[in-house]
Amino acid sequence: MDRTQLLIGVAVALFSLGLVGVIVRRHVLVMLMCMELMLNGVNLSLVTFAQQTSTTVGAVLVFLIFVVATVEIALAIPIVLLLVRTKRTLDLGAYSDLKG
Amino acid sequence: MIESLLGHANTLLLLACCAGAVAGAALMLVLRQPMRVAMALIATMLFLGGIYGLLGMHFIAAFQVLIYVGAVMLFMVYVIMLLEVRESDGPRYSRLVIPGVASLLVLLFVLAASVWRPLPSPQGEIGDAGYGIAAFSIDFLGTYWLLFELTSVLLVAAVVAALAAIRVGREAAERRTNG
Repeated sequence: MDRTQLLIGVAVALFSLGLVGVIVRRHVLVMLMCMELMLNGVNLSLVTFAQQTSTTVGAVLVFLIFVVATVEIALAIPIVLLLVRTKRTLDLGAYSDLKG
Repeated sequence: MIESLLGHANTLLLLACCAGAVAGAALMLVLRQPMRVAMALIATMLFLGGIYGLLGMHFIAAFQVLIYVGAVMLFMVYVIMLLEVRESDGPRYSRLVIPGVASLLVLLFVLAASVWRPLPSPQGEIGDAGYGIAAFSIDFLGTYWLLFELTSVLLVAAVVAALAAIRVGREAAERRTNG
């Protein structure tokens, strides 16, 4: 196993663990953090290939993912606050009446 | 001798950062309290910043620490404190825990099988990124200027949407107060 395989393996592990966290955890904020973990796994693979090929396109994509992650949190947190004000809980089971 | 030792030190540091990142991610699935999960995620992000630094992508390591840890996770920690999230007595995992773990195993198998195939061998040593922030900035603002502008538009749209969501919540609270 060389360095590239090691780093891509770590990226795969991070993405998979984040995906499982989104599926199995019930807490809304923990699910949000698991989504961030998935984005971090994607970032690691992009940085690995950008470093390997010495091209800037991977670094540009990483920067865009940083922005998307920031936007995601900036939008998700007010929505979570609204939901908590309505239901008084962060358990996902309480929001099963949401449609759409 | 010293250079060879430093090369091994870099490899060992890289392995340690990889192990730390995966351990932090695994802890996120196990820990119950959201604040501890946030701390595990911050540790994972810091280890990833170390990996980026060891690969020679220092500016991405700086972005990782400044944007992810310094802004996003700080915001998350503030929200956890604001909501006074306590350990609940309810179940930690949803009903999808068995399909979730099964899908994890399948996903890991498929991805590992695809990654295990021979990849292009790494060029240069650890820490040899081939370009720095100057080349990145010139490319980003030159070749990829449209993406840069779209990023700005996305940020503005996010600010407007967040303000709208806060306003909706405030109006709903006022309606409840007035009866």
